[in-house]
Amino acid sequence: MDTTTAAVASDARSDAPASTPDVETLIATARRLRRDILEMTTHAGSGHPSSSMSAIDVIVALYSGGILRHNPQEPHDPDRDRFILSKGHASPALYAILAERGYFGHDLLRTLRQTGSPLEGHPNMRRLPGVEASTGSLGQGLSIGLGHALAGRIDGRSFHTYVMVGDGEVQEGQIWEALMSGAHLRADNLTLIVDHNQAQQSNILERVLDYRPLAEKLRAFHWHVEEIDGHDMPAILAALESVRQVKGQPQAIVAHTVKGKGVSFVEADWTYHGRAITKDDLQKALAELRD
Amino acid sequence: MAATAERFELKLGKATRDAFGEALRELAKTNDRLVVVDGDVSNSTRTEWFAADHPQRFFNVGIAESNMVGVAAGLAAAGKIPVVASFACFLLCNAYDQLRISVAFPQLNVKAVGSHAGISIGEDGPSQMAIEDIALACALPGFAVLAPADEVATRVAVRAMLEHDGPVYLRVGRPKAPVVYGSEADFPFQIGQAVRLRQGNDVTIVANGLMVAAALQAHDRLAETGVSARVLDMPSVKPLDEAALDEAARETGAIVVAEEHLAHGGLGSVVATAVAGLRPCPIAFVNLGDTFAESGPGDELLEKYGLTAADIVRGANRAVAAKRQG
Ligand SMILES: Cc1ncc(C[n+]2csc(CCOP(=O)(O)OP(=O)(O)O)c2C)c(N)n1
Ligand SMILES: [Mg+2]
Repeated sequence: MDTTTAAVASDARSDAPASTPDVETLIATARRLRRDILEMTTHAGSGHPSSSMSAIDVIVALYSGGILRHNPQEPHDPDRDRFILSKGHASPALYAILAERGYFGHDLLRTLRQTGSPLEGHPNMRRLPGVEASTGSLGQGLSIGLGHALAGRIDGRSFHTYVMVGDGEVQEGQIWEALMSGAHLRADNLTLIVDHNQAQQSNILERVLDYRPLAEKLRAFHWHVEEIDGHDMPAILAALESVRQVKGQPQAIVAHTVKGKGVSFVEADWTYHGRAITKDDLQKALAELRD
Repeated sequence: MAATAERFELKLGKATRDAFGEALRELAKTNDRLVVVDGDVSNSTRTEWFAADHPQRFFNVGIAESNMVGVAAGLAAAGKIPVVASFACFLLCNAYDQLRISVAFPQLNVKAVGSHAGISIGEDGPSQMAIEDIALACALPGFAVLAPADEVATRVAVRAMLEHDGPVYLRVGRPKAPVVYGSEADFPFQIGQAVRLRQGNDVTIVANGLMVAAALQAHDRLAETGVSARVLDMPSVKPLDEAALDEAARETGAIVVAEEHLAHGGLGSVVATAVAGLRPCPIAFVNLGDTFAESGPGDELLEKYGLTAADIVRGANRAVAAKRQG
C-alpha cells in the first residue's frame, strides 16, 4: 500500500479534519511519541515501553491521521468515536497520544505512575479524560467496545468503536466470547485491532500458547479481516479507514508488529516486557529515535 | 411449595425473580435508558418479559457471562442503564473479574441481578445455587448489595436500584416467597435502610431474603416463651443501616442474624463487623455454615441445612443466654 492509496482513502471521509497531516508528519509524530514513551517509563522506573512501542504507529494513525472523530475539549461527546486500549499495560502509548492531542498538558507525562497522578500504571477512565475504559485485566476491552457499539446502534448514532488487544491477550476466553457475540449481533460499528507482536510476558507467543494463524480464526468467526504491517503508516491508515465501510459484520485488523519497535536492543529481546529501560540505556535508545 | 407456606405460616406470594421481571417490564415503559444483557437464561431470570416488549434493547450474548458483564459495562459507559441478569452463581462467580475491573473500578451504572440465589432452588443442586454471592458482591468496592424478602419488597428494590446512580447487585430467588409485606406502604425502603417489622426488647433478629419470613415466625414462637424479639429486615447489605443496628444492640443487647448464604462474608459477617465497631453484644448466626448443600426439594434443604424458624429461635436463645451471662 503506498501513500497515494492512503490519501485517497482519507479523502473518502467527508468529516475528516481538513488538515489531516501527511504520512511523513505522522511518522515523525510516532517517532516523537516513542521518545515520550521511553522517557516517561524510564523516569517512572517501571512500565511497559516495549508493548507501547509496538502499538504506537496504529495509535498515532487513529488519533492524528484523521480517523478518530474526537474533540479533546469534549471528551464525553456522545457522538465521538471510541478507542479502547484493552491491553492497558501499554498505557504510556495512550497517554502520549492523549497529551499530543491536547487532552492534557505534556508535562503530566512526567508524573506517570506517581501517587496522585491520573496517569496510573493502567488506564483509569475515572481519573483521566480521553480514557474510554479502565483496563489492565487482559481480555475485557472487546466486550466493553461491543457495549458501546450496541449503545450507538440503539441511539442511531454513527460513531465507530476501535478496540486494541495484545496477541497474548487473545488467549483470554472472554475475547472469543466477544468475537462470537460481535459477529452474531452484526456490530459493524466495531473494529478489533490486534497488536500481533508475537510476544507476551513470560515468553514469545509461539512458546507460550501458539494459536496462530489468527486471521483465519477471525474469519471463521465471521469477522471481516485485514492483515497489515502495523508499522507501515499508509497501510495502517488505509485499513483503519476501509473497515469503516464494511457493513453487516464487525472487522478486525491484524497488525503485524515488532515489540519494542524503534529501539534495536529492545526489539531483539522479548524479556524487555514490563521493564523500563535503565537511565544509562535511555540515551542510547533515544539516539535511535532521532528525527 | 405448599410445605413452605405451612412452615412459614404465611401466604405464599410470587417468587422474587418473578417480581423482578414484572417490575423491570413495568419500569421500562417509562425509562428508555434501560437495556438488558442476558446470558441465555432470560426465561429463568424473567428478563424475557422485558425482551418481549423491547427486543431492540435486549441482548442475549449467549452462555458467556464474562462478555455479558463487559457488554453491560460498555452500554453503561455510553449512557445506558444496563441490567445484566443471570443465575447469581454464574454472574458472580463466572464474571467476577469483569464485575471488578470493567464495572466496579470505573463505578459504572450497571445493575447486576442474580436469580436462583440460595439453596431454596432445590433439585438442581449445588452447581446452580449461589451461596457466596453476597460475600462476593460486598467485596466489589462501591457496589450496593440488595436482597429483598418478597414480591412487594422486590418491586420497591428494583425501583430503588434503577434510581440509584452506580453499580448495584440485586439477589432474587426461584421459589415462591411468603408474603411479608401487604403493600408498598408497609415497606418504606431506601438503599441503606433496614425495615423494622416487629418491635421487641430481648433480642433482635436480623434477616434478609427468604429468611425474613422465617424470622417473623420465630418472633411469634419466641413470644410464646416470653422472649420479646425485634425483627429487622435488612434488604440492603451494603450500604448497611448501622443506625438500626446500633439501636438494636443498645435496646436489645443480643442479635441473631439469619441468611440463606455461607457463614463467611454474608449478612452475618457484615452485621458482626458493624456491631463490633458500634456497640459489641452477643451475636448468633443462622446460615449455611461452610458447606455446599445438595439436590432435593427446597423446603427439605432449608430444614436439613438449618435455615428455619426453629433454627432462628435456637440462635435467639443462644444470644439471649450469652447476654445474661454478661
Ligand atoms: C488477566 C490478566 N492476566 C495476566 C496479566 C499480566 N500480564 C500483563 S501484560 C501480559 C502479557 C501481554 O501480552 P500481549 O497481550 O501479547 O501484549 P503485548 O505486551 O505483547 O503487547 C500479561 C500476562 C494481566 N494483566 N491480565
Ligand atoms: Mg504480544
